[in-house]
Amino acid sequence: MFAFETFPVDPYMLQPKSDIIRRLQHEILPLQGYKSALGRSSLKIDLDAINPAFPNATFPLGAIHEFMVNAPGTKAATSGFVTSIISSLMKEEGVVLWISANRTIFPPALSFFNIDAHRIIFVDLRNQKEVSWAVEEALQVKGLAAVVGEVQELDFTASRRLQLAVEKSQVTGFILNNNKKNNTNASLCRWQVQVAPSIPIDNLPGIGYPCWKVDLLKVRNGCPGSWQIAWMNGRFSTTTNKRIVYKEFHKKTG
Amino acid sequence: MKKRFVCVWFHHLEADWFAMRKPALKMAPFVLAAKDHGRMVITAANALAEEQGIKKGMVVANARMILPALEVLDHFPELNDKLLNKLAEWCIRFSPCVAIDAPDALIFDASGCAHLWGGEIDYLTTIITRLNDRGYQVRVGMADTIGAAWAIARYGQSSPVIEPGMQSSALLSLPPASLRIEQELVERLYKLGLHQIKDFISMPRSALQRRFGQPFLQRLNQALGMEQEFIQPVQPIEAWQERLPCLEPIVTLTGIEIALEQLLNSLCKRLEQEQKGIRTLHLHCHRIDDAIITVSIGTNRPSRNLKHLFKLFENKLQTIEPALGIELFVLDAVKVEDHTAVQEKLWEKQGGLHDTQLAELLDRFTDRFGRNCFHRYLPDEHYWPERSIKASQSLEESITTAWRTDQPRPIHLFPNPQPIEVTAPIPDYPPMFFRFKGQLHKIIKADGPERIEQEWWITEGQHRDYYCVEDEAGQRFWLFRAGHYDAAKTYGWYLHGLFA
Repeated sequence: MFAFETFPVDPYMLQPKSDIIRRLQHEILPLQGYKSALGRSSLKIDLDAINPAFPNATFPLGAIHEFMVNAPGTKAATSGFVTSIISSLMKEEGVVLWISANRTIFPPALSFFNIDAHRIIFVDLRNQKEVSWAVEEALQVKGLAAVVGEVQELDFTASRRLQLAVEKSQVTGFILNNNKKNNTNASLCRWQVQVAPSIPIDNLPGIGYPCWKVDLLKVRNGCPGSWQIAWMNGRFSTTTNKRIVYKEFHKKTG
Repeated sequence: MKKRFVCVWFHHLEADWFAMRKPALKMAPFVLAAKDHGRMVITAANALAEEQGIKKGMVVANARMILPALEVLDHFPELNDKLLNKLAEWCIRFSPCVAIDAPDALIFDASGCAHLWGGEIDYLTTIITRLNDRGYQVRVGMADTIGAAWAIARYGQSSPVIEPGMQSSALLSLPPASLRIEQELVERLYKLGLHQIKDFISMPRSALQRRFGQPFLQRLNQALGMEQEFIQPVQPIEAWQERLPCLEPIVTLTGIEIALEQLLNSLCKRLEQEQKGIRTLHLHCHRIDDAIITVSIGTNRPSRNLKHLFKLFENKLQTIEPALGIELFVLDAVKVEDHTAVQEKLWEKQGGLHDTQLAELLDRFTDRFGRNCFHRYLPDEHYWPERSIKASQSLEESITTAWRTDQPRPIHLFPNPQPIEVTAPIPDYPPMFFRFKGQLHKIIKADGPERIEQEWWITEGQHRDYYCVEDEAGQRFWLFRAGHYDAAKTYGWYLHGLFA
């Protein structure tokens, strides 16, 4: 006589393959530093056509975003783009720390990006060493909406420390990097924002909505690309649907 | 707690000081003298001189008659006060409440102190030996009242300690001068044959008052403990102070850390009971070579978080030089504010400007980078761009006027407007070209002008006509022309900021 033994059934076996892949992706993403990509839906940053570039089509919060500001004309554009993102982060009671050694940000301009400038604390320090220390210290504090740090250099070790700090505290860090070289580091995304001609308001002459050419040079597990994006009436909208997709340069690091 | 007082009498205060400075004087009789109505009058004499019958108040010439070899030194008018002050501060190690009893004594409120030295006799012995080691000859007395301690220190024959409650019997055999009364009154008492306190203590009070006056009766009552007496401590006692005397002098960083942690622990517990938080905190380290080293911290918001306060001190502990060792740590919360537990809960939830963690982070910044390292900006009612914001160091301050959005403002504003070369059509059109740092910008789009007048009640100066312009690449600038176009060319073009 044969006795039918009941084997425990692997739940994966009963699902279609695509489901399994999605589930595995959800397990892998947090390990890669995308903790906020899943869950925590109260805060969402809508970057219009840029969204699909990120895993799960969500702008990663609680991560380090590095912005290269080494080229002329990028600093003002980057400040504009970063403050626009921060404006959505500050919708709740959050406070932003802006840490730099030679700051020229003019707070009244921030209200054009729907930010209460009095909820930003500007930390003005003397040198880069102090800025690096302060940025790391600030990123460890839970409850901040974001930390912006203007640095001269972000090497691999420093970026790794910052990334580890934010993975714990879930604070989003924006590092404006003035380094001439684009060296490898551990930040989750690397951006470059350049100026672009403004978009006229109702076809009137004069300066219109601010517009930027945004290059997402690197994004872990996502698709880098280049877009033109404008800040119109409190939200982002990409002006051209034409999207240049960069082939991501993968470096195997074991 | 029953009060206990110690009186330390420096019977040759100034003479001891001179002898310390010039060891040769230790073996010779000498006096200090000052000019008074053309004579030299002795203001202090050392023990050897006093043995020969030379006293304070004598004329030097008379004293020389007694002792021709007498050495006379100049009297320093402020020396006495200075020495007493210094000694009083030094004696804080024996009791937190030390007062000066001019001209030559210190009074300690020693309630609850003696047991730390192993009893009252040991306590007094320590005080005497430590002061003798420094070179001062002292007599001490300890009693329930200041008057009795004073009397026993100066006139006591046997034990310097009057046991609690025994002052009336201990005072019986002392002379009337031990009651701190005027010389004239003492002489009167002697004339009447009242040589000891026991001769008149049982007399009816009304009779004593009639004959010798109210002050005499008050002194008697104070000595017996029937009337309260207060002392004025040299250092006011802080309500929020913790002390940690060490048996062995501390010389290591670890030792200092442990001491600090203990002090913080007890202070924070007390603060928690009273619902208070620290704003400013000093740590005084009393070294055995008499130096006092102080390190201090401040917080932006009342705090009684032990970990946080300790962290603020951490960097500063390195700067403490223990030298031969620290024997006393005093933690002194100079500024304390209300800080209730309910508030704490609210803050932890909110995560806004009232976040405790944020306040602690800013404390760490302040501790490391100085007071002025962070600012918030609030709108100010001025049109002039540089004056349109005011910096605030407080996390509490809220805005009084709204941020203006009716006119565009650049995201980067240069601290000083940068001069540029411009090609602009008159009268008030925006420029067509401008050159900044050698680079030519062709202007495609422009808005303006927006005239901003100088606020004449603050400073005089030219008005500014601001233009927002965009060049071919899309870079947006904030330019202005200062002043009107005129033949003398007093106007100028400047770049003031960059738009996003």
